[in-house]
Amino acid sequence: MEPASRLDNNHGLTLGDFPYIIRWRDDRCKRCGKCTAVCPMFSIEPSVIVKRTLHSEGLIPEPKATRRTETVIKQTTDLSKYCIGCNTCSLVCPNEAIEPEFNPRHKFNFHKNQGGIPYARGGRRNDPAPSTLDRLRFSRISMLTDPALDAGRHEFRIRTYLGRMLPAEELPVKVINGKLAVNKSSGTFVPPVREIYPIMIGSMSIGALSPHMWEGLAMGITYLNEVEGMPVVMCSGEGGMPQRLLKSRFMKYFIPQIASGYFGWDEIVRTLPYMVEDPCAIEIKYGQGAKPGDGGLLMAHKVLKLISEIRGVPIGVDLPSPPTHQTQYSIEESVAKMIQSMSMAWGFRVPVYPKISASRTSKSVLNNLIRNPYASALSIDGDDGATGAAFNVSMDSMGHPIASNLRECYLDLVAQGRQNEVPLIASGGVGKKGNLAANAASLFMLGASCVSIGKYIMQAAAQCHGDEYNRCNVCNLGKCPRGITTQDPKLYRRLDPDKVAERVVDVFKSVDTELKKILAPLGRSTELPIGMSDALSSDDLAISERLKINFAC
Amino acid sequence: MCRLAALTSAKHFSPMETIIALETMKEGHDGSGMGLMLKGLGGEFEELRDFPILSGICSKDGAHTLDDYMNRLGFTLKYTWTPKLKKVKGIESRDNYFARVYDYPEMYKDRSLEMKEHLLLQTRLALRELGKADESIIAFSFYPDILALKEVGDPMQLAEFFGLDKDPLKAKIVLAQGRQNTNYAINLYACHPFFLQGYGTMTNGENTAFIPIREFLSGRNILGYSGYNSDSEVFCHILHYTCRQLGYPLNYYKDVITPLKQAEIDQRSDNEAVSYLKKSLRPLCIDGPNCVIGFTPDGTTFMLQDAKKLRPGVVGGGSGKYGLMSETCGLDSAVPKRDKSKDIFPMKYDMVIIKPDAKEVTVWNQLHG
Repeated sequence: MEPASRLDNNHGLTLGDFPYIIRWRDDRCKRCGKCTAVCPMFSIEPSVIVKRTLHSEGLIPEPKATRRTETVIKQTTDLSKYCIGCNTCSLVCPNEAIEPEFNPRHKFNFHKNQGGIPYARGGRRNDPAPSTLDRLRFSRISMLTDPALDAGRHEFRIRTYLGRMLPAEELPVKVINGKLAVNKSSGTFVPPVREIYPIMIGSMSIGALSPHMWEGLAMGITYLNEVEGMPVVMCSGEGGMPQRLLKSRFMKYFIPQIASGYFGWDEIVRTLPYMVEDPCAIEIKYGQGAKPGDGGLLMAHKVLKLISEIRGVPIGVDLPSPPTHQTQYSIEESVAKMIQSMSMAWGFRVPVYPKISASRTSKSVLNNLIRNPYASALSIDGDDGATGAAFNVSMDSMGHPIASNLRECYLDLVAQGRQNEVPLIASGGVGKKGNLAANAASLFMLGASCVSIGKYIMQAAAQCHGDEYNRCNVCNLGKCPRGITTQDPKLYRRLDPDKVAERVVDVFKSVDTELKKILAPLGRSTELPIGMSDALSSDDLAISERLKINFAC
Repeated sequence: MCRLAALTSAKHFSPMETIIALETMKEGHDGSGMGLMLKGLGGEFEELRDFPILSGICSKDGAHTLDDYMNRLGFTLKYTWTPKLKKVKGIESRDNYFARVYDYPEMYKDRSLEMKEHLLLQTRLALRELGKADESIIAFSFYPDILALKEVGDPMQLAEFFGLDKDPLKAKIVLAQGRQNTNYAINLYACHPFFLQGYGTMTNGENTAFIPIREFLSGRNILGYSGYNSDSEVFCHILHYTCRQLGYPLNYYKDVITPLKQAEIDQRSDNEAVSYLKKSLRPLCIDGPNCVIGFTPDGTTFMLQDAKKLRPGVVGGGSGKYGLMSETCGLDSAVPKRDKSKDIFPMKYDMVIIKPDAKEVTVWNQLHG
């Protein structure tokens, strides 16, 4: 009969059930303890083991036992302290003695619902396969049919418009002495339009992001605008912005977001009379591609002093935003009235647009917006987008990929002849595999006027560990080992805002060059090639048919 | 790259002059087609200038269909011009090439020009549709004082084939394009110059922004913004849209197809209106490289370059006759006696505009407005 202790262990997990297994090398480890000290999940701990060895000398076996006690690094099999594969241990190890290794046979999803609480995390959909965007190529090369442009020497205007554009027939212009002049007495409302760089930093809040990360992004885009002359803009995410920024001249580079929790908006509204510059635009969040139908969530342990001040809430409470706006009982109420209210707050000088999660219903929203003269754009977020906190099931199983959703919306506008009136902003997995310029250019050619990035910039500017093998993805717990998505000063002081800003500038300057390298052989330099679908091809016939682009193999 | 030759004159001249100019630029076209468009017609046509001319090609069967259709609508034939065809090796002759002058149906005679123009366009598109399947009818234009002739082949051989060297056909404006076929199958509907309700253009260079422009124009729901067998047909329709539909002066055509940067627009006296145009007509930016030559209903001719200025183009001549050519050798052939020092090579901001009857040439600079 088996001993009882063996039966007791039967309900435990083995390391083979976990997504990451620590590979520790006894021969290299100098037992400095840095790895165990730094592990954000306490997955590894210093431990002692007893080794009993038997040996015998002489011709006749006379086994003698020797007991030795050794110090080792041990990985826990406690599910609440699972190894997230973040590699912070490797980062601090002086002797390259430790490294987590992905375990493709893990059983994590079978067990990570202890206590009846489903698995919640940060990050994006755990699907490492290339997205549709990564299967597109630019195959219309005008090398001889047209003199090819030189990406290094020709002038390129990589800009786009954010704001509603009137059809030419409705413009308040008239001919006076052979010149066109604006007819001021016409009473026509000409909506505000901003000229911006066609890749923007998408909505990530102060709260979801650490103060150092947010500050680094903000400094980066300010540098790009003021020094490099690149009008890159950034959305605040839900939860407001610091007072000193709201009152600064830098506001024009920011898009404050209002979402269903209205966090931070008491403070913004109260600051309105003191604002010296209009914001670039206002984004109204209705949905997020990573978790359609879910509201935002900032967990209590991330709600510290700074966040409580910006958002106007007590310290240490969970901050859930409802899935929908409380005013909503119909699209007219929710969208039309909110857009109008926000437009009115800034005297109709600021573009106001909604952001929705990509869905089969996106076209319905779009058609509603077309008829709303104050709707400035539509931002559509696909299911490869990331989030700071959501249930795993929402992230992995809900949503619509951006490529076909955007294309459908654009072609719907084309069918109505209104593709230039309401710009489409696309996001959700842009640069998922690191191909930011190619993904962005593909989206322009499918019909986007602008793309928005979030996770890419976290990965590129702050070395975020997260990936589609569920690496790290603890943004929701405030334990971010890089200090990107945490409010714990011990963690975020690891992140140097200046270095983040530098990397933001690097990223945008290099993507600008890469975009030129794509546009030059296509013969495009003066206008963004929005809807230039003949330049695109896919190696998958089904994708080509769905997106109405060429098939090339 | 295609070659372009256009002449505008105070006096009538033979289209042969333009074709010979095109011949001097021969190394730039491959004989895959030539299009001729004549405006300000002389000879027999001069007295008929108020009556619409249907230019096209039809087969024997197509001729019956065409006659039946035109009779049914109430058009009456007043005059027919057909080229005196000569067999030329390498040119496959079709049954009937024609320019037929019609009188309007009775009920249209007192109607406005706009209503008449609508009827003419509707009729041309219907004829095109009727002959589409079997190419039994090809209709290039149906408009007063416009004659179009197009065929596949080398320009000089085509001139011989059509007997233009002996034909008394004359006009004050002639546009000719020798085609270098690069992108699309040889189709006579893809052959420049293109025409719509008084506006004509021809171009060299590929239009890389063709798809977004076509989608935008098709979405205007304006009769005639269709076809698009060539990526260059949109240049004509943008001209029509800018000047006729929106009512903007001709120079704003340049602002529409080659918009300035915002900082440049800000320097113009009409900056506010031009800023609106840049945004509202964003999909019509051609993005080049193209040289565009065209005319408007009043007989004004123009040449402009896109913002990259990668295409050649020259305008030269003197009072009474100007040539608008893609190469100087063409201009030397057509207008040899001119002050060459006054030749104009329009650059990226320039639009050369020649008034009707070649009276005066002006260079409008987009930067200065």
